Amino acid sequence: MEYFLQQLINGLTLGSIYGLIAIGYTMVYGIIGMINFAHGDVFMIGSMVAFIILLALGITGGSGAFVIILALALVVIIAMLISSVYNWTIERVAYKPLRGSFRLAPLISAIGMSIVLQEFVRIAQEGRPKPIQPIVTGRYTIMERALADGEFAVTISNMQIIIILSTLALMTAFTLLISRTALGRQQRACEQDQKMAALLGIDVDRTISITFILGAILAAFAGLMFFMYYNVTGFSVGFLAGIKAFTAAVLGGIGSIPGAMLGGMVIGLVEVFWSAYFSVEYKDVAAFTILVIVLIFLPQGLLGKPEVEKV
Amino acid sequence: MAAAAKETTFKADSRSLSPAEIAKDLAGAGIITLLLLTPIVFYKTIMNQGTLLLDTRLKLVLSLTAAVVIGRLLLHLFVWQRAPRAGTAKIAAPAATDWRETVVKWIVPVLLLIAILLPWVVQLIPGWERRGLGIAIYIMSYIMLAWGLNIVVGLAGLLDLGYVAFYAVGAYAYALLTTIYFPLWFGDGIIPWTFYLVLPLAGFLAAMWGVILGFPVLRLRGDYLAIVTLAFGEIIRLVLINWFSFTKGPQGINVPKATFFGLPFADEPGSFADFFGLEYNRLHFFFFIYYTILILSIVTYVATNRLRRLPVGRAWEALREDEIACRALGINTTSTKLTAFAIGAMFGGFAGSFFAARQGFVSPESFVYIESALVLAIVVLGGLGSQLGIVFAAVLIMGSFELFRELGFLQRILPEGVEPVQFRMLCVGLAMVLMMRWRPRGLVTRRDPTVYLKEKKAVSADLVSQGHG
Repeated sequence: MEYFLQQLINGLTLGSIYGLIAIGYTMVYGIIGMINFAHGDVFMIGSMVAFIILLALGITGGSGAFVIILALALVVIIAMLISSVYNWTIERVAYKPLRGSFRLAPLISAIGMSIVLQEFVRIAQEGRPKPIQPIVTGRYTIMERALADGEFAVTISNMQIIIILSTLALMTAFTLLISRTALGRQQRACEQDQKMAALLGIDVDRTISITFILGAILAAFAGLMFFMYYNVTGFSVGFLAGIKAFTAAVLGGIGSIPGAMLGGMVIGLVEVFWSAYFSVEYKDVAAFTILVIVLIFLPQGLLGKPEVEKV
Repeated sequence: MAAAAKETTFKADSRSLSPAEIAKDLAGAGIITLLLLTPIVFYKTIMNQGTLLLDTRLKLVLSLTAAVVIGRLLLHLFVWQRAPRAGTAKIAAPAATDWRETVVKWIVPVLLLIAILLPWVVQLIPGWERRGLGIAIYIMSYIMLAWGLNIVVGLAGLLDLGYVAFYAVGAYAYALLTTIYFPLWFGDGIIPWTFYLVLPLAGFLAAMWGVILGFPVLRLRGDYLAIVTLAFGEIIRLVLINWFSFTKGPQGINVPKATFFGLPFADEPGSFADFFGLEYNRLHFFFFIYYTILILSIVTYVATNRLRRLPVGRAWEALREDEIACRALGINTTSTKLTAFAIGAMFGGFAGSFFAARQGFVSPESFVYIESALVLAIVVLGGLGSQLGIVFAAVLIMGSFELFRELGFLQRILPEGVEPVQFRMLCVGLAMVLMMRWRPRGLVTRRDPTVYLKEKKAVSADLVSQGHG
């Protein structure tokens, strides 16, 4: 039971990260109907930028709590800004000119872009993984029980608390943004019918750009959290995280934002429980298998609408 | 790039801006570039005795930004400033120009002749006897792989990002059959599983895997299919790494190299050289391998060309253009896709088996996602469906990979510690994006229709790409 609870906490933490990335996939898919294959790499850019800025600021675990909070706030803002610029540029350079081209063109372009981003970071920062000393330390013990072979304590680290709470906060803010503001309304309108939205005076190009920026903001935040949680990052982290987040988006029903979050949680939990109870080596296989199974049996996802193909 | 941009049909091409607007645009581009480069390029992390330090590279950031701004200025001045063209789509290609017909007619035999003579020509260049052959084999294997993938991506329009999985199936089929399973089952007394025995089997196994994977997922939309095949490729690789007792995991398997119908290439009695009374030369093996892959490639080429003329091949191409119309016409889309998938996988299996027999060693390292992406890039650059285009694209990409190694002069302008070889995948990625932007139907845009009424009209691929063809 204690073991289960501990894994549940770990799974929710990981799931939060996947969920945040998945929203980016789902929103872009919702509005222009393509998979932004490079989104995982935008997440990677976010985590690399966060890593570099933290290093430049010279923050370590030993700095005072106030300094750390201030520095993290700064890092979050910079990482979000840079990632947004990246995603905006990607959209302008690689996707926008291809609207109206043949079916596979944007996807191939996105694959090319994903290679470009990875290689760019690899060349600029070398291929080795970048480790860092933990910055946010400390944990709380929730439950303790004496077992035959010592004590087993269920703990939740400060970092996990930060990740789960900030994800919740970000999600709430984001849901409000989509459902209450003019921006969100435009976004939803474009999702439903771009032509009609344009006729009603919505700048569709601008709305699409904003969608990419919003996705990048969430991905950058996820990147920072990922990096602070594992204390390591590198040019290739975006690939796996990207596929898993995409799985999450599909599982939740692509196009549905709460679905993406739910899917992220499910994927995070499955991965953690699989590693805990079966085998660590095959944890990625488990995630990929879920993707395949979901697509076959539940292609519209948990919260999605069944897709109707129109001529 | 300027030449490519001429063909462009996107908006930027028909705008003409005032100097003030250009200045504004350039300033914007400069700021964006600076923002893109600042953290990632400006700071360089250095590992120093276990701690990470930061170094700065201001000059590099500024020069890259300057390059982007100047490049954009040049584009503004010379490319984008032209008056808008009336009507972007060319409706018909000019009536059959004679020399083109001649080129099309002769290009295949000429290329074939070059391919056959190549190893002998290479021998005439001192210092390139072995390297030249090695590169030729390398390029040829990618041509074959790309031709296989072309059936799936180019003809049937199914984006397969896990093609390397079938390559792996072929390679491991060869490795496991020749080293582990055959002696276990039959003892060493009978003729061992040679390359020629394994080859069809490897193709069959890969095709089976194609069916197993394809059957459930082919009902999906195109982009979902891409991700599922990608996931499948990764699953195969992870299983190969982790199933230690079966595949020896990351250590890989040493396998016997291909033999000339049972005659090994070695300096010993009973070998190829001994049997034919030749002096032993290591090049014999390279010659043999080169002609093997050449024959395999030709088989792939011819088979694909024949298949294209069969009903199933026509169904593939129809499927690529419009799936809904296909279904309306009564084509069974699932089985059509499945055959494309299985046949493409089969050629991947052949190539994989060949890879193992050439290399004498297989490990999961060789079957990473980036290989799939590379083969896909060749198909894309070749023009999604054009077999000749693939030859040129493969020679271009793989040849330039080799060139990157040679580029000593680039080393001088690049900062220290950066080798030109590092940039090769970056260039491939960029090429994919640029191709989609300017030449979405590939370098060779001309495609001959497989069916025609009375006279043969070349369809300009620009039309096909926009859905007119």
